[in-house]
Amino acid sequence: MSENMSSGVLNRRQFVQAGGAFLFAAQCPVTFSRKAHAAGAGAMMNSFVRIDPNNVITMLANNSEFGNGAYTVMSMMLAEELDVDYRSIVLEAAPTTPEYYSPLFREYLTAGSVTTGSTFIPMRTAGAKARAMLLEAAARSWQVPGAELTTENGTVQHLETGRSSPYGALLETIHRLEIQPPDAVTLKDPSQFRILGKPTKRYEGAGKVDGSAQFGIDIKLPGMLYGSIARPPVHGGRVVDFDASAALSMPGVVKVKAIRAGVVVLADSYWRAQKARAEVKINWDRGANATVSSEQFYRDYREMAETPGMLAEDIGDALGALDQADEVIEAVYEMPLLAHATLEPMNCIAQVEGATCTIWSGTQYQSNDQEVISRFLGIPQENVTIHRPLMGGSFGRRSSKTADYTVEAVEAAKGESVPVQIIWSREEDIRSGHYRPLFVHKLRGSVDSSGMPEAWHQVVVGQSLMQGTKHDPNYMVRGMDIYSLDGCLQEPFGVFPYGTSYAIAHHRVESHNAPKIGIVPQEWRSVGHTHTGIAYECFLDELAAKGGVDPLELRLRLTKDHARMNRVLKVLREKCEWDKPLAPGRGRGVASRVYSISPIAQAVEITVAENGDFTVDRVVCVVDCGFAVNPLGIEGQVEGGVAYGLGGVAFGNIDIVDGEVQQSNFHDYPVMRLPQMPKVEIHILPSDESPTGVGEQATAPIAPAVANALFNATGRRVRRFPLSSQGFNLV
Amino acid sequence: MKLTVNGNELQIASDADTPLLWVLRDELHLVGTKFGCGIAQCGACTVHLEGRAIRSCVTPVSAVAGKQIQTIEGQADEKGLSPVQRAWLETDVAQCGYCQSGQIMAASALLSENPNPTDAEIDTAMAGNICRCGTYPRIRTAVHLAALWMTEEQSA
Repeated sequence: MSENMSSGVLNRRQFVQAGGAFLFAAQCPVTFSRKAHAAGAGAMMNSFVRIDPNNVITMLANNSEFGNGAYTVMSMMLAEELDVDYRSIVLEAAPTTPEYYSPLFREYLTAGSVTTGSTFIPMRTAGAKARAMLLEAAARSWQVPGAELTTENGTVQHLETGRSSPYGALLETIHRLEIQPPDAVTLKDPSQFRILGKPTKRYEGAGKVDGSAQFGIDIKLPGMLYGSIARPPVHGGRVVDFDASAALSMPGVVKVKAIRAGVVVLADSYWRAQKARAEVKINWDRGANATVSSEQFYRDYREMAETPGMLAEDIGDALGALDQADEVIEAVYEMPLLAHATLEPMNCIAQVEGATCTIWSGTQYQSNDQEVISRFLGIPQENVTIHRPLMGGSFGRRSSKTADYTVEAVEAAKGESVPVQIIWSREEDIRSGHYRPLFVHKLRGSVDSSGMPEAWHQVVVGQSLMQGTKHDPNYMVRGMDIYSLDGCLQEPFGVFPYGTSYAIAHHRVESHNAPKIGIVPQEWRSVGHTHTGIAYECFLDELAAKGGVDPLELRLRLTKDHARMNRVLKVLREKCEWDKPLAPGRGRGVASRVYSISPIAQAVEITVAENGDFTVDRVVCVVDCGFAVNPLGIEGQVEGGVAYGLGGVAFGNIDIVDGEVQQSNFHDYPVMRLPQMPKVEIHILPSDESPTGVGEQATAPIAPAVANALFNATGRRVRRFPLSSQGFNLV
Repeated sequence: MKLTVNGNELQIASDADTPLLWVLRDELHLVGTKFGCGIAQCGACTVHLEGRAIRSCVTPVSAVAGKQIQTIEGQADEKGLSPVQRAWLETDVAQCGYCQSGQIMAASALLSENPNPTDAEIDTAMAGNICRCGTYPRIRTAVHLAALWMTEEQSA
């Protein structure tokens, strides 16, 4: 496996993204801290592993756990090389210091479905180097050749002499002999794996069935005040003035003050803070967005889509081919704003003491939180300490580039002598959050004499995620946001090696950045694919129908030069019994995407009633994520990805009218529930390639696959989403 | 005001209109019961009132004074985790885990009324409990497994 990490095995397309993993491996910090040992607190074998004299092994995790399984795969990797039970490892969130930054992002950030891939070598290396030091200590202290030593269950053993020592007991020797970590270490061959590749239960699973798992919202600090914020009715609105006299007379209310996010009520319980908040009379300046509406965005974006955009890709001569085509198919796809609706609402505890600040926050993006807070308070970044508890879901929301829910807690806590916890209500979450931006895609295409797609012209319009942020230099290419075009391009684009696995001879893609208006766009599980997936895969289906080519057959032909996706689709065809006829009223649809290297394809079977009610009866999913580190975790992520994407396409809709979000809670922003959940059959293709992500992958194809199945069943093509807005209700 | 929570009789100081959820969380520090929506739409706050599943976020504490309340912290007994909790672990249901206290409380209430539910009955009984991570297939499996274990343990 480790040999496979060399660039020789990865093709050019894979290399660019996988590159970060090698970098990380090369940079894996291996500082051995004598100070820590001398203090009797055990030894930092390297930046990720600490061993205590009582044989407790602690891992410092620099990736967040929000259901993604980061803690499980990372502890598995360390345990594999260190020969310990993964569940015996104590896990601490690594501090927010540069040595723990992801070299891929160069920040402390858990995102992009890269945790498994980017930690696979570093965490194993950390374990193997720690083990090598323990072996050297035992060999020198027992005067035996190191090669005769073995390790098992946290002990070093010498079988011939029957000697054995727990790791912790060797620390003194390591210290005394000043044993250093080796420069290089040989990692286990996959044939030796005892943990990696085996279905492995969640590391922190036990606390999640007995109520003891601690999420940010659960943390109680001495003297802590609870804060509830009245937020402007329109995104970008501001407080003009307010009258808090009624609120201040209510029991438990300590203070009411204006902050940038709105008016915050501090009280001795969250309920009292929330109740008093309703009694604050606020005069709002509704700001520049007072009259915006989703319908106006759609109109404006459609108009923009009729004009030439910035040219992202122009392969062959798409415009010429379309001019000469007998028939040009045209379609406009419209995707709404979407909320993340994590079940644990946003929350953060902050304490500001002099020139230092401490926060307790469920976050994917520690270094950014630290940066934004230090800027706000005017204190050095290292004076901001972040404690990171478990997170009740994230799906991208907790990677806030504005650090909105974090810095507002700091602002609320500033000037208070005690910690302050801000908790968002569900209504605030739905109305005042960050959203998957609204997108319009205009497509034109033609088919050749064999019925296959010949020319493709796509114009993409929507708010950029990255434009004008600190990420602009890395993720904007000639003014275009690579995420707006994710999965649309055949050629490498910026740091993305490529987007689609399909090869169409004449392929032109243009991009418009819609104006930034203060409704903050945010990554939503599978990011650009949440809209590009729908537009691309559904329009491909339209061309298939036009050309009279079976949609799966068409994808097989278009991917013949992309071996991994082609293999995925071949397996899918067999596993989903694609060629078996379905009864009337039923339909099949297919879609495939490549996200963060892993190719994934899904076929769905649905049943549609006369009134448009439909069920998704079966989802067959084939994924190639390289070496499958934890098959049990992968299956969970795929099921979850399907649920998240299906709920989004079925009824996800943040609709803005006169500047105000019309939805407020789960009754009018419905999400997937148990009765709607289809059976998901998952096939993980065996592979020796380096592991790649699965956290977001399954969210991308489900939406177009279902829309395509609805067309297959009814002949009706949905081009405005969600499906519920077009009379198709998932039941 | 007095509450009986997980078998313990407790004196409560919270305002009478405070939802049980916030009394459990902020006054009693029983934070296994979660806040998700505040309007009985998501089930994260599910607890048992006299053995039946209720949404604690819309239940004023005054309405349950003197009654038996069980939270996730009271699911395990001196013998260890409840069969539902064990089935949840065996099936590796949880992802983020935030909804799972509510899911387990809903499942446990379902099984006490219907020891061997069908898929359709599970769907109906558990439809009020949202899981944003989409652990629904494993929830179905785990409820069946818990049902099996409970039946076996009863006949043993």
